[in-house]
Amino acid sequence: MVTLDMLLPGQSAEIVRVSGVDGIAIRLREMGFIPGEGVRLLRLAPLGDPLKCMIQGCRIAIRNREARRVEVVPQ
Amino acid sequence: MVQAPRRVVLVGNPNTGKSTLFGVLSGMTVRTGNYAGVTIEKKIGQIAHEEFPIELVDLPGTYSLSPRSPDEWVTVKVITGDAVGEAAPDLIVCVVNATLLRRNLFLVSQLLELGCPVVLALNMIDSARSRGMLIDCDKLTQNLGVPVVAISASKREGIDLLRSEIVKALSHGRTIEPAHPLPEAFYDMRDSLAAKLSVIASTKSGNPTLPNRYLVERALLDVGGEAERSIVRMLGDAANPEITATREELARLVGAPNDIECESRYAWSRQMLAGVLGDTGNTPHHVTEWLDSVLTHRVFGLVIFAAFMMLIFQCIYAWSGIPMDGIETIQGWISGAVESVLEPGVLRSLIVDGMIAGVGGVLIFVPQIALLFLFLALLEDCGYMARAAFLVDRVMSFFGLSGKSFLPLMSSFACAVPGVMAARVIENPRDRLATIFVAPFMSCSARLPVYLLLITAFVPATRILGGWVSLSGLVLLAMYMVGVLVAIPTAWMLKRTLLRGEAAPLVLELPEYKWPDPRVVAVRVYDASKAFVIRAGTLIFSASILIWAAGYLPGDHTRQHELQALIETADESAAPQVAIWTKELKNESGKLLENSLLGRLGHAIEPVVKPLGWDWRIGVGAIASFPAREVIIATLGTVYSLGGDVDEEDEGLIDALRASTWPDGSPVYNVPVALSIMVFFALCAQCVSTLLVMKRETNSWRWPIFSFVYMTTLAYIGALLTYQIGIRL
Repeated sequence: MVTLDMLLPGQSAEIVRVSGVDGIAIRLREMGFIPGEGVRLLRLAPLGDPLKCMIQGCRIAIRNREARRVEVVPQ
Repeated sequence: MVQAPRRVVLVGNPNTGKSTLFGVLSGMTVRTGNYAGVTIEKKIGQIAHEEFPIELVDLPGTYSLSPRSPDEWVTVKVITGDAVGEAAPDLIVCVVNATLLRRNLFLVSQLLELGCPVVLALNMIDSARSRGMLIDCDKLTQNLGVPVVAISASKREGIDLLRSEIVKALSHGRTIEPAHPLPEAFYDMRDSLAAKLSVIASTKSGNPTLPNRYLVERALLDVGGEAERSIVRMLGDAANPEITATREELARLVGAPNDIECESRYAWSRQMLAGVLGDTGNTPHHVTEWLDSVLTHRVFGLVIFAAFMMLIFQCIYAWSGIPMDGIETIQGWISGAVESVLEPGVLRSLIVDGMIAGVGGVLIFVPQIALLFLFLALLEDCGYMARAAFLVDRVMSFFGLSGKSFLPLMSSFACAVPGVMAARVIENPRDRLATIFVAPFMSCSARLPVYLLLITAFVPATRILGGWVSLSGLVLLAMYMVGVLVAIPTAWMLKRTLLRGEAAPLVLELPEYKWPDPRVVAVRVYDASKAFVIRAGTLIFSASILIWAAGYLPGDHTRQHELQALIETADESAAPQVAIWTKELKNESGKLLENSLLGRLGHAIEPVVKPLGWDWRIGVGAIASFPAREVIIATLGTVYSLGGDVDEEDEGLIDALRASTWPDGSPVYNVPVALSIMVFFALCAQCVSTLLVMKRETNSWRWPIFSFVYMTTLAYIGALLTYQIGIRL
């Protein structure tokens, strides 16, 4: 199972699902992380965390911990 | 006949240019205030219109009407018309970023469910155009069933059309048919739950209010959210099993709550956009791509960030010097004018030493605050602030703070008052509180005169490391570090004890870079400065007068006033006589101070401060500087019989400090004493303005009181250790 934090900078993927039912999961979905959406990992912050990705045309920074909930299929 | 005001609420995702639009529509007619019990600010402006007054309420940006904190809850309640003491809105204007239409429609789908009329403002249309995006507004209007107006708030494009649509919608006054983006089964379940809850309500004594339809919906969708908690508060624990049971049934019918909400809303969004978006694709914003590749570079990103911060810090320091000197000069003129009109006496002393010095004490801060907020507003509006949070988040989380804490803390090195105010950008309440609590440890510019005075007087002017580094400079840096080094474990401890809780997730949108809007920036700077002058100003001013009174009374000042009058009216030929009088005046002033309330207090606390190596004069200075740190310089000046207007570069005071002795003849000051005073000032909560701002930002006295006790205790212990260890080295 590949999750968002496992991607390499510049790599694109399609989202399979976002795991969890808590506030974080809801927040991620509201921001556009939904099944079927394409996501591209742009780069990592200097210390490796957080990471910056492009989703639905928007640049979003999330921590590795949150990124681990986003299951993806790399393209 | 004056018609009742119509209420329009301005809603939208963050970074959609809402503030800019708010400014354009309401001009300078903005009123601010507070909603009860939360920290978000109430901002209400007026849209000019002849037929009826129109109130425009600016609400914080939000991605969804699913509230997860008290702040978000108030926002939602204002929109749905359930906020206590707030009128229900007659119209919702939703600001949408034209370049991110799909995601923005998530919120729109929720707004259209409420039944209140909506006007959609499609902002940043210029940006969309330049990126080759074609948006058919008429088709979108048709699909959504509400007016859609393409605008560019920053370029003032389409504003008139928007205004006329707003007026048209208000004049009609109809409610609209609520949209149903979610599956029908959901709405059936919602109604069935509402019915069950009203049964529970009817069995409860005291006639509880029925949760409205929207609250019930959110309770079904948000597991463990504010809505659920709210209903349980209203109707008791009996509501819980009903909510859970309905959720389970809903899950059986259509799927898990969050899944159905997101999937349905995005599917609806796709439907609404059918035929609306042109097929020209989405060319990225080149400037943002390029800037980000530099500014968030894995190696250089932090370096550039540090350079920016230093630059800002330096600028604030250097540029506020001139206005601050200006204010001091004006203060001198006014004092001089008063002195020339009034004879030496109580009234004159009250006005000059009490009031004018007091007001000056307040106004001194304004240039720094204004400059600081100017930089903050520029960085925030252009989009860099989000990148800064991105860069430092890892470091900050390690210490229990958020990436967004960096700038407020950085600002506190100049002055903690705007630093604490700047912590508003941190949404997570625990992170915000931790940041506010830790901000005063960053050695502010008011501590600098104290450090400079003592270092110049007592630290030997040696150079170390082959002549490159001066010991004095090193000690100065060490004093700044003392604050930081104490702040880190404090934040860490706070996060593990009082402010313990689920670590706030970071899901941060990095908007495209844009030129800051001058009006938005100007309003922010003005608001911050005004708020400071009015709120903290009243207190510093009163405190200065009290200190003056304590230092003046009781005591017979006749001889002092006599001498002052003699000196002022003497002509040049009497120079030697004037010198004698001046000396006597200084002695007389010093003695009066010693016998005053303040002086007696100083002697009374001498046993307490002696372990720190201090004598009564330092004690008096420390007490007098509780409203504002710089007061100690002036107090020491008076106490050492030099008169009140002493600067830290005044040789006289430095010599006096060096020559000062205990009754037995041994010198009061030496390096350990000087260090202990500096450590005390580094750690002590001696700024009423900061405590007041803390109270305002945290909406309670608990935190300022805790801060005061904690910091003062730490300061005492720190000073004690410094001195006791120092004399043994």
